[in-house]
Amino acid sequence: MLEVALHSQLGELDLRCRFQSPNNGITVVFGRSGSGKTSLINMVAGLLKPDLGRITLDNETLTDTAQKIHIPPEKREIGYVFQEARLFPHYTVKGNLCYSAKASCSTSEFQKIISMLDIAPLLNRYPPSLSGGERQRVAIGRALLSKPRLLLMDEPLASLDLPRKKELLPYLAQLSKQVEIPILYVTHSLEEIVQLADYMLLLDEGKIIESGSVEKVWSSDAMKPWLEGDARSSLLTATLDHHHTSYPMSCVSLSNDIKLWIRQLSLAPEQTVRIRIHANDVSIIREKPNGSSIRNILPAQIKQIHVGGDHQAEVELQIGKFSVWSHITKWAVDELRLKTGEHVYAQIKGISVTQDDWSSVSADAN
Amino acid sequence: MYLTEYEWSALLLSLKVSLTAIVISLPVAILVAWLLARKHFTGKSLLDGIVHLPLVLPPVVIGYLLLIGFGRQGWIGKPLFELTGFSFSFSWQGAALAAAVVAFPLMVRAIRQGIEAVDTRLELAARTLGASPLKVFLTITLPLTLPGILSGTVLGFARALGEFGATITFVSNIPEITRTIPLAMYAFIETPGAEAQAARLCIIAITIALISLLASEWLTRKTIRKLGGDHA
Repeated sequence: MLEVALHSQLGELDLRCRFQSPNNGITVVFGRSGSGKTSLINMVAGLLKPDLGRITLDNETLTDTAQKIHIPPEKREIGYVFQEARLFPHYTVKGNLCYSAKASCSTSEFQKIISMLDIAPLLNRYPPSLSGGERQRVAIGRALLSKPRLLLMDEPLASLDLPRKKELLPYLAQLSKQVEIPILYVTHSLEEIVQLADYMLLLDEGKIIESGSVEKVWSSDAMKPWLEGDARSSLLTATLDHHHTSYPMSCVSLSNDIKLWIRQLSLAPEQTVRIRIHANDVSIIREKPNGSSIRNILPAQIKQIHVGGDHQAEVELQIGKFSVWSHITKWAVDELRLKTGEHVYAQIKGISVTQDDWSSVSADAN
Repeated sequence: MYLTEYEWSALLLSLKVSLTAIVISLPVAILVAWLLARKHFTGKSLLDGIVHLPLVLPPVVIGYLLLIGFGRQGWIGKPLFELTGFSFSFSWQGAALAAAVVAFPLMVRAIRQGIEAVDTRLELAARTLGASPLKVFLTITLPLTLPGILSGTVLGFARALGEFGATITFVSNIPEITRTIPLAMYAFIETPGAEAQAARLCIIAITIALISLLASEWLTRKTIRKLGGDHA
């Protein structure tokens, strides 16, 4: 368990944080640029000293300004994957991977890591000849091989173009499932949260304004500024029930009696999955239709209606124990005379749930 | 064109003096360059100034200072002689010392630029992989500074080969002991009717300088290619 309580004045930014992060899964540190995310993890890594505060990892003190303790970064056993891969240009890929004195490069563990990251064919090359995505995979392997107790990742996808991001994301998603090291992951991308996060710390102007499981933080008021308009969406945790026998669709159950058909998932039944439903893909009808292209028509209750300035309305619906946002026009609200507390049906377009909108969740993380 | 025995002796002495000067001052130059490039401490400007002094001082002043410091009656030279029986005065080691002093600032400048060009973020990455500051210096900083070290060494070597004023002031112009190529040339120029011999030495000096420049150019290019020419 990582426990942090610190205070630092960094130019204009007053960084004041207190949090604990769990011993498993990916904890995402989310916030705008300049909110102190990178400074925070640099302090955890020991690359930066806080003005005041204490950082402990598994009850071992790493930094304690009151006792004048500051363990240098090389003695912390904390791996760090930087935004730019920071590979050593004068070492081969293999030399980079085996740089740490703790890296044992002839073991089965080494084989496991290089095959997980698909970097075996690159071992004899030099970093300048690698693509951005390849460099970042090598950097991840290099950090893992140093046998860290905690892995820090500072926007590892931010410097890559879109195709490279898409290429690297599955590796990252796999990482947290295959490697039993807690990960503290800095990002300002909603996509990366949906696909990677188990827990979240929401950082704003140097303060943690919300923390907890990703579903909890996602639906909190503090997340609202990031989820306005077209970005409005809901995160649901579901279990994969079965795949359709003739169409590429999968049925997930939100609870015993609430099922949702979405695009086929590459997972086995019984696995837990987190799904993002965009508010734009949810519409509301009063009565159950008997001929609709939309597969998912679920009974719902209206919790609240927000009418925005541009004649658009965001409606929060209660479906079972989940809350789902729907984005419709004010015209529709008026014509259907929708009111808080009423029972309606929610139509959810299952085809809109794409690869970017779901991730498998390990059972112990939730 | 065959060299005379006299020319051989001056050439070999020149090479011996210059190489010794470089080998001795290189580790110190790397240390000082690293301090100036990476550390903040009180007196840094003063150290920077002292390092550069030999570049701007008249060589005769350097020779004079060496004489009163390391001569047989000097502050350091006297106790050194009494303890070990060794003296820099009128010996080839004295010539090497003078060459080292004048070559030193050129080496420090080139190496410092090389160190400043090394991305400190790579050094921090190495620290997070468990490397001590010493290991970081030896495995990251130093290898990536190689182009700077090479050009510093060649510049210093060339400067040491050409050293004249401080040498003649400190250790005089003694054939086979302190008479390097520049001093030998000077002796010929002073001698009426020895213009041809002076010209031959002049050609030898130009040849060595050219060879060392070309060698450094080639080595630097090779090193930069090995380092990838890209620090991403």
